[in-house]
Amino acid sequence: MIFRIFEKEELKKLFEVFVAHNRVVGAVEAGRDRDDQPVYAFSDVSDYNEIKLDYSITKLPAKRFFLPFKEELATFRIENDNWTKDISYNIDRPLILFGLHPCDINALNKLDKVLLHSVYPMPYYAAKRKNMFIVGMNCVPQPSCFCRSMGTDTALHGFDMFITDLGGRYFVEILTNTAFNFLRHIRTMEPMEEDHILYMKVVEKRKKEFTAQVDTTDLTKILDMEFQSDVWKYWGDRCLACGTCASVCPTCYCYGVEETVDINLKGAKKTKILHSCNLIDFAEVAGGHNFRPERHSRLKYRYYHKHRGFVEAFEESLCVGCGRCGESCLAGITVPEVIESIRADGKE
Amino acid sequence: MDEREPGARTYLGVPLYRPKVAFFEFTSCEGCQLQVLNKEDTLLDFLSLVEVVNFREAMTEQSDDYEIAFVEGSITRDDDVKRLKKIRKNAKVLVALGSCACFGGVNQLKNRFKDLNFVKTEVYGRHPIDSGPVRTLEEIVKVDLKIYGCPVKKEEVEKIVLHIAIGKSIVFPKYPVCMECKRNENICLFELGEPCLGPVTRAGCDSWCPDNRAGCWGCRGPADDPNLDQMKKIMLEKGFSEETLLDRLECFGGFSSLMKKGNVNEKDL
Ligand code: SF4
Ligand code: SF4
Ligand code: SF4
Ligand code: SF4
Ligand code: SF4
Repeated sequence: MIFRIFEKEELKKLFEVFVAHNRVVGAVEAGRDRDDQPVYAFSDVSDYNEIKLDYSITKLPAKRFFLPFKEELATFRIENDNWTKDISYNIDRPLILFGLHPCDINALNKLDKVLLHSVYPMPYYAAKRKNMFIVGMNCVPQPSCFCRSMGTDTALHGFDMFITDLGGRYFVEILTNTAFNFLRHIRTMEPMEEDHILYMKVVEKRKKEFTAQVDTTDLTKILDMEFQSDVWKYWGDRCLACGTCASVCPTCYCYGVEETVDINLKGAKKTKILHSCNLIDFAEVAGGHNFRPERHSRLKYRYYHKHRGFVEAFEESLCVGCGRCGESCLAGITVPEVIESIRADGKE
Repeated sequence: MDEREPGARTYLGVPLYRPKVAFFEFTSCEGCQLQVLNKEDTLLDFLSLVEVVNFREAMTEQSDDYEIAFVEGSITRDDDVKRLKKIRKNAKVLVALGSCACFGGVNQLKNRFKDLNFVKTEVYGRHPIDSGPVRTLEEIVKVDLKIYGCPVKKEEVEKIVLHIAIGKSIVFPKYPVCMECKRNENICLFELGEPCLGPVTRAGCDSWCPDNRAGCWGCRGPADDPNLDQMKKIMLEKGFSEETLLDRLECFGGFSSLMKKGNVNEKDL
C-alpha cells in the first residue's frame, strides 16, 4: 500500500483534473430541515465549492448512480409486424464518486458479491461499476452509525484512494494505478513518522466516537431460534410497510420489471424498478396469492435476509450499519433496537 | 364492431379492437375529464385507440351505443341515480373516474354534517336545490374498475385504455406514496416540518404533491392494509394535532370506511 500526504488546497486541483473528463458525484447540501440542519445528498457536481467534504451522512445512499431506482433495460421499436430491440447499459462517461464514507464503500463491496461476482452478473451494474473511480473520505461517526459493529467502519478495499483529514493536511491511501496517476497532477509528499503518528491519533479518536452498536454474536442462530417470537408482531404493528428502509439502504437491491407500450404503439420498453420486501405487493405472485400478507412477517424477512440469509451465503451481513433506515423510518424502527429486542426476548 | 375498419390501429401486426367509449359526469369539478383532454401531444394517439361516442366536454354528438363508460363525479340527486343506472345498463365496463366517483371526493365532506339542510342554506342560500347526501358510484351500481386521484393522472388513464386495447392486465400499486417519493429523491416533508399522508395513501400519482414540496392529502385513498394507528402516532409525535390528521383523512372520502372501523375516531360534527 502506498501512502502520501498533501496540502489541503491541492484537493481542489485534483478535483479539477477529475472533472475535466469524468462525471463527478459528491455530497452536496440538498436543503435544510425543520431545525435548520443541512440535509445532504449525492449529486452531480462540477464546482468544487458545492461539495461538502465534511458532510455527516446523506439521506439517500449513492446507490442510484449504479443501481438507479428506475432504469430502462431495453427499448423496442415496433414497425408493422417487426420489432427491434435496443439495449443500453446507461453509462456514457466514467463516474467518480468523490468522498464516499467507509460504510458506502463497503456497501458496494457487498453488492459486488451478488451483482458482479455471482454466476449471473448483472450487466447494467457491471458496466457502471467497472467504469467507476472511488475516492474514499474519513467521517465523523453520527449517533445512528453502528458500522463498527458490522465490521464496516473502515474500508480495506473497494476504493481507488482514501483520504483522511489530519487537520492541517490530507493523508491518502492509494490502492490503484489510476489513483496513483491522478495524484501525479498535484503536489504530494512522502509521509513522515510524525504523519503516521497523527494518522493513528485520528483513527483512535474516531474509534471512541461510536455510540450506537449491535451485538451480532451468534445472530444467525438467534434469529432462527426466535423465528416465532412475538417481538416481530410488536415491530410489525408499528411498520407502515412503506418501503422507505429499502429505498434508503445502500445494500438493498430487490427490483421488479415493468413492461410498457407507448401510446402510439410504435415503441415499448422494459423498466427495472427497485422494490422493497416490506411492501405488501412484494411476495404476491400471479393469481393473487400473497406469501407474506402480514406486515410483521415482511419486516421479519427483511431482517432475515440481511442478518441471516446473506451471512450464510457470503459469511457477512448485508447491512453496513449506516443507520439510514432507522433515521428515515417514520415509525422509528431501527436495526439496533430490533436486534436488541430479539436477543432480549431469547433471554426471558 | 368491425375490427378491420379503416383507421383501426395495429400492434405487432395484429389489428386492435377499438372500443366505443363514453364519458359522463355527475357532481364533480370535471377536472378528471379535463385531464384526459390535457397533454395534447398524446391526445390523438389516445383517441385513435378508442371511438369516443359521448364526451360533453369535447363534443356535441351523443350516443347510447358504447361499451366502456368512464363516469366522473359522485351521486347527490335522485335523477343522478336513474341516469347512472341507465349508463350501467348500456355499458359493458363501467369505470369510476377519479376520487369523486370512487369515494365521493371533496363533495362527501358535507355528509359529515348532521343537518344537511344547514349545508344547503349555507352554500345555496334560499334558492331551492335538489341535493342530498353524497354517494359513491359503487353505492348505486356495480363498478368494474376504479381510477383513483383528484384529479386522475392522464398517464394512468392512457395506460389503462391502452392495456384494454392490447389485452394487457391492469395493475395498480398496492403500496403507499412514500415508495415513489423516495424514488423521486424528495426530502421527507415531516423533516421539513409539514404533515403528509404518504405513508398510508395508495401510490400511483408518482408522489405528485411531495415532488412539489406539499404533503399528501390522500386523494387516491388508502394503500392496501394501511397502518392508520401508526400514522396517527407519527402525526402526534411530530407535533400535529389529531384535527390536522382527520382533516386530511376526511378530505377525499377514501379513508371513511376504515375510519368507521375504529382505526381513528371520526370527528363528531
Ligand atoms: S420499517 Fe420503517 S421504513 Fe421500513 S417499511 Fe416499516 S415503517 Fe417503512
Ligand atoms: S439495513 Fe439500514 S443500517 Fe443496514 S445498511 Fe441498510 S440502511 Fe444501513
Ligand atoms: S429482500 Fe429486502 S432486505 Fe433484502 S435486499 Fe431485498 S429489499 Fe433489501
Ligand atoms: S414526504 Fe410524505 S410521501 Fe414522502 S417520504 Fe415523507 S411521508 Fe412519505
Ligand atoms: S401525493 Fe397524495 S394528495 Fe397528492 S396526488 Fe398523490 S395521492 Fe393525491
